[in-house]
Amino acid sequence: MPTRLAVTGAAAVAHAMRQINPDVVAAYPITPQTPIVEYFAGFVADGIVDTVMVPVESEHSAMSAVVGSAAAGARTMTATAANGLALMFEVVYIAASMRLPIVMPIVNRALSGPINIHGDHSDAYSVRDAGWIQLFCENSQEAYDMTIIATKLAEREEVLTPAMVNLDGFITSHGVEGVDLLDDEVVRDFVGIWEPKYPLLDVDNPITHGPLDLFDYYFEHHRQQQEGLKNAYKALPEVFAEYEKISGRKYDFLDLYRMEDAEYVMIVMNSAASTAKYVVDELREQGIKAGLVKPWVFTPFPKKELLEALEGRKAIMVLDRAMSFGKEAPLYSLIKSALYEAKDRPMIGSYVYGLGGRDVTPTMLKVPFEDALKGDLDPNEERYLGLKE
Amino acid sequence: MPKYDSWKDMPIAGVIDKPATAREYNTGTWRIMRPIINKDACINCMQCWLYCPDMAINGRVKEDGKTEMLGFDYNYCKGCGTCAEICPVNAIEMKPETEFLK
Repeated sequence: MPTRLAVTGAAAVAHAMRQINPDVVAAYPITPQTPIVEYFAGFVADGIVDTVMVPVESEHSAMSAVVGSAAAGARTMTATAANGLALMFEVVYIAASMRLPIVMPIVNRALSGPINIHGDHSDAYSVRDAGWIQLFCENSQEAYDMTIIATKLAEREEVLTPAMVNLDGFITSHGVEGVDLLDDEVVRDFVGIWEPKYPLLDVDNPITHGPLDLFDYYFEHHRQQQEGLKNAYKALPEVFAEYEKISGRKYDFLDLYRMEDAEYVMIVMNSAASTAKYVVDELREQGIKAGLVKPWVFTPFPKKELLEALEGRKAIMVLDRAMSFGKEAPLYSLIKSALYEAKDRPMIGSYVYGLGGRDVTPTMLKVPFEDALKGDLDPNEERYLGLKE
Repeated sequence: MPKYDSWKDMPIAGVIDKPATAREYNTGTWRIMRPIINKDACINCMQCWLYCPDMAINGRVKEDGKTEMLGFDYNYCKGCGTCAEICPVNAIEMKPETEFLK
C-alpha cells in the first residue's frame, strides 16, 4: 500500500534511492546535499539496502569512483551541490562521454563566490553542456518521482546517458512536506534489473573503457552523445506515461499551469513555480489571463513544446535564478531562441531573481506581470527582482 | 584499430569491444625519421633490440645460439632514433621519411 510520509526533500530522495537499491553509491557530504547521503548511509548501515557505500575524500573522487563503478557494470548513484559539482566538473563530462547511466540528485545552491550556501541555479547551469539529462523539481514529491524516472530513462539502451535531478537547496531539500511513496516492489519492478552494455567485470568478453580518442573518432563519439539525448527526448513521454501508470502522477516536458487561454505567461523552474502559481491564481481572480510554464526537463531542451506553448501569447516573462555574466540569462536565452520560429511572436522579458537564496515573494513575482500589462517588456534588458537598486 | 566510416557503426563511448586491438594500431605512421641498417657493419649485438621502446626491431636466435638482427618493423617504429644512438658500431642511420616518398 502506498505510504504518505511527512519528510524533507532530501529524505524523499533518499527513500527513492532506497527503493531503487543501487549497487554502489559514492558521495561526499556538501551543504545542502548532505542529508541525502546521510539518510541513505543510514539505510546502508541498517542493512535495508545492499548498496556498497563509498565514503570518499572529495567530490572529484566521488564522481571518479562512480564512473569506475558504473563502468564495471554496477547501478550507481551519487549526489552533490554547487561547489561539489564544480569539483566534479571534469569527471562529469567523462561520465557522459562514457555513456554511463549514473543518476545524481543535485541540491541546487549558489556557486560561489562570494561564499553562499543557499538556493540558486548557477550550479546546474554550469554543467548544462556536459551531456547529462537535467530534470528540475518544484517540490519533494517531484524530487522523489524524478529520481525514479531518471533511473529508468538513463538506463534505456538507446539513451545510456547520465541524469541529474535538480531540487532547490534548503527550500526543497530541508523543508518538510507530505510525500506519497510508491510500494518498494512497484519501484523495483519499474526500474527493473540493470543490464549494462559493456561491463568491465565481464571477464569472458574483455573490453577497454575510456581509451584515447584523437581526431580520428572523437567527433563521431560526440555525435553519438547528441543522438543519446535526442533519443532521451523521444523516450521521455514513454517513461512519463509508464510512471503515470504506477503512480497516477502525470509528468511532461512542461508543467502548464492555467495555460489554456493565458495571455501573460511566466516561465520559471523549480520551487519558485509554487509561488508563481499562487500569483497566477491571484491575477486570474482579477480577470487577468495569467499563466505559468515550468520546465520539468531542461536537457534535452523541449524547444518544440515551448514553441507550441508560447506562440501567440501576448507576453512571456522568463525568470532565471542565475546570471550568465556578459550574456543573456541561461533559460531566457534558450526560450528566446525557441521563439525564433514563432509566426506570432510574443513580447518577451528577462528577469533574474532569488540569487544566493534571496526570498522570492508573491509581491516580487507580480512585477513581471505588471510590466507586461503595461506593455513595458524589453527583450534586451535584464531586470532584477528584489535587488537593492 | 578497426576502421569505421560512420558514427552510426562504431561502439559508443570509444569502448574497444575486443582485446588486443593495439596490434592493429600502426604507430609507424607517426614516424618522420626512418632507421636504416647497414648489415655489413652490424655485429648482431642486439643492443638496438634491447633498447627499442616499441619492440620494433626484428631479430632471431640462430641454430648455433648466436643472435641475428633482421631489420625493423616499420608498422610500429616511431623513428625515435634510440637504436641509432645506442648502436656501438654506428650501423644504423636515421634518414628523413621524405626520402622514401614515391
